[in-house]
Amino acid sequence: MKNYYKYIAILALGVVSCEPELENAIEDGEVYSNGQADFSNYVAVGNSLTAGYADGALYITGQENSYPNILAQKFAVTQQTDGFTQPLMNDNAGGLLLGGTQITQNRFVLAVGANGQPRPARYGGAAPTTDITNKLSGSFNNMGVPGAKSYHLVAPGYGNVAGVPSGLANPYFARFASADNATVLADALAQDPTFFTLWIGNNDVLGYATSGGTGEFQLGNTDFASYGANDITDPTAFSMVYGQIAGALAQTADGVLLTIPDVTSAPYFTTVPNNALALDAATAAQLTGYFQAVAGVFAGGLMAQGVPAEQAQALASQYAIQFNEGPNRFLIDVPVTQANPLGFRQMTENELLLLTIDQTALAGGYGSVQLTQEVGEVLAILQAGGSPTPEQAQILFGAVSGIDDKDALDSEELQYISQATNLFNDAIEANAETLGLGLVDVNETLSQLKDQGIPFDGGVITSDFVTGGAFSLDGIHLTPRGYAVIANEIITEINATYGSNVPKADVGSYGTVTLSQDVQ
Amino acid sequence: MKRLFLLGLVLLATATTYAGGYRVSLQGQRGLAMGHTGVAVVNNAELAFFNPAGLVFLENKINVAVGASAVFSDVVWQNEEFGQTARTDSPVGTPFYAYFSYKLSEKFSVGLAAYTPYGSSVAWEKDWAGSHLVNDIELAAIYVQALASYKITDNLSVGGGPIYVSGSVNFNRNLNRTLTDLDGDRANVTIDASGVSAWGWSAGAMWRPIDSLTIGVNYRSEILVEAESGDADFENIPNSPLTPFSDTQFDATLPLPAELTIGASYQLNDQWLFAFDYNRTFWDVYESLDVDWANPNIPDSKNPRNYKDASIYRFGLQYAANETFVLRAGYYFDESPVQSGYFAPETPRNDSNNFTGGLTVNVTDKIAIDASFLYSRFKDIDESYDYYQENGQNVPFEGTYKSSAFVPGLGVTIKI
Repeated sequence: MKNYYKYIAILALGVVSCEPELENAIEDGEVYSNGQADFSNYVAVGNSLTAGYADGALYITGQENSYPNILAQKFAVTQQTDGFTQPLMNDNAGGLLLGGTQITQNRFVLAVGANGQPRPARYGGAAPTTDITNKLSGSFNNMGVPGAKSYHLVAPGYGNVAGVPSGLANPYFARFASADNATVLADALAQDPTFFTLWIGNNDVLGYATSGGTGEFQLGNTDFASYGANDITDPTAFSMVYGQIAGALAQTADGVLLTIPDVTSAPYFTTVPNNALALDAATAAQLTGYFQAVAGVFAGGLMAQGVPAEQAQALASQYAIQFNEGPNRFLIDVPVTQANPLGFRQMTENELLLLTIDQTALAGGYGSVQLTQEVGEVLAILQAGGSPTPEQAQILFGAVSGIDDKDALDSEELQYISQATNLFNDAIEANAETLGLGLVDVNETLSQLKDQGIPFDGGVITSDFVTGGAFSLDGIHLTPRGYAVIANEIITEINATYGSNVPKADVGSYGTVTLSQDVQ
Repeated sequence: MKRLFLLGLVLLATATTYAGGYRVSLQGQRGLAMGHTGVAVVNNAELAFFNPAGLVFLENKINVAVGASAVFSDVVWQNEEFGQTARTDSPVGTPFYAYFSYKLSEKFSVGLAAYTPYGSSVAWEKDWAGSHLVNDIELAAIYVQALASYKITDNLSVGGGPIYVSGSVNFNRNLNRTLTDLDGDRANVTIDASGVSAWGWSAGAMWRPIDSLTIGVNYRSEILVEAESGDADFENIPNSPLTPFSDTQFDATLPLPAELTIGASYQLNDQWLFAFDYNRTFWDVYESLDVDWANPNIPDSKNPRNYKDASIYRFGLQYAANETFVLRAGYYFDESPVQSGYFAPETPRNDSNNFTGGLTVNVTDKIAIDASFLYSRFKDIDESYDYYQENGQNVPFEGTYKSSAFVPGLGVTIKI
């Protein structure tokens, strides 16, 4: 009888401790495989896109949803890993302090403005608390440094806090560089990565693009020290430094290289249409009349200086711009040349306006004409058949308010950007091939987001600003959902290149933009 | 001793679960030990639940049975597409029963009963992959019933009585898959209502055509627990007019379905008794869980459930070893009311095989200790809940589920 109790007791205990177990349990490592790759110590090298930067700032939840962190979580179900560390910020406000003084702005949030329309605004609900003089200890698997260009990764002193005020060093790297003269690449290599991703080069062209092309294309100049922040890196120099970085990482580790997306796929450049000059019929006719007057007066001026009538009219005719009822393209300022002596023209179809352009100014005539009373008086003289004085002619010409260089990318600037991006990507592809690494064509992915979107279980992700889901409120960096899309592209490439079976990220469970009324 | 050992083997070989949906079949340790049969078993005051018609057949004047069980039930879920795993860490449920009957005459008994036939207690890891469907739920309904049992002839009786129900619900889920406040904390809502009362009834009949054979039928009515003006607490809502959520009140109705049981028991000899019950639970009534918010700006929450009537087949045997010990074992097959595509993780139940066992120790002529256990065995199942919507589009929540439940129970029977 006693034995019987014993059996019951054993049986009872046995079942109580029995948690449900699946036949092929992810938890038991029975589902996935790392293939030929070893993800045990994954290091991500790159810039803001690698750091998880979003909404114009770096902040904790953005970092938690960086594509390297998403990847690391998926790697961890295929094999034992050493974990994945990131140089986390101190808060979700996002700004940086240097010795108590704020040096970078807080993040954007989506707030409803006074007019009832949602628009991005800088978060003001809490002061930033991340001071870059508080150095983080230890090494970090996520070596994404916001703002870094290719050559910065091999620049000693890039993490020296003393160099931050003068712009010689990077405030983000200053927080976690192993030493004042450390390089990003050396700190990455010191971790003995078994696997890496490298996404660098965006800023080598993006700085130029976001400045509206105010910098130089440093074609043929390999002296990085002479470059300004808004310049385009010389493609040959890029190729050399990229080869140095990728080659060093690939010596001991497998990995994936990522190409640079065309800047025109980001909403920063595509949200403000260049034909947002909406006119009714009367205003269109008024503007057309104005520019006919400009062309006429200009031709008259030339002829008065002895230019043959035919030649004068041919040169002046470019200013007789036709406006129609409905949307019209804006005017931009261009350098004064012999062919364009007045230094303005209408934008062409592919030219772009930047997200940061002053919308109030646009509504007030920026990009077209400031039709003041004085201008009206000159027009009245002309209509009455009179001839304007040179002063009156200047008033007439001066009413043109073309868009400044810093607010637009014209066709020449776009051509430089495209040329550089293509050459950078050629170099990246060549390195992937030579080094036998995986290659993810992010350029292709982002074009897809822009052109038709990428479907997921809750809809379609597109590049549309605020509503599309892929891009954060700065118009350049991605949302957690956008970063999940990138992570999935990388996973697809890893599985194909290394014969592994890494599961995808569920993009629908990653968020997009954050709402808040606590704004500055 | 050899027989005891054989019975032990039966116990090991058979597994029992508790019932589909949020039905918790733990209304008596003696019945449960025999596969939760009892509509045609005259044993003790558990008849107050299983079939009040049988109360009048009890030999003693006063019959009491009280007991409680400890429900250890958990679920594991995984999604292979995305490498996700989650486990419940559900609190131990403690359903109880207390039955009392008093024989006024040879033909007439009255009784009182309190029991908890419906309930659910599921707690997933907070913010797990299915948190837009449920983080955790606590559902409880206490039935209190007055009973009368009347012997029409020597071998035919009827019984029944009104049921008063006091129900409570506490349910938390995230508002969707992504909404957070500025710090990334997921926006969620808790609905809470308690002391929600409702009325129902049960009635049964018992026929004993020959001494060794008993046949029974019992019906318990459907009861709709209608929560009105319960509290809805919205947490981690971003400070923005772009979200309509704020603390409010809610109305919702949860049906406790009707149940029909037909069964028979056969007394082979002084030692062996066999029992069979067939349950039909009328789950069709649970079409949708709709939460109507008092705040008109918050869109009402519609959650199709589409449960279907389901059957349970129960088998039990009892062996009276000697004056002191009575051993029991049983098995039941429990058909889930949950249909494919409606597999919501708040009650992730598929069909189950359930194995029970237990014993009674007669301490004295009047007092007995009843012990039982139940082990529910579920197979792995690939299922989904397809009716969660985002932007008017159905977003299925899929994965492989496996549940397990082990329920030890203890009770006391008093006969005076």
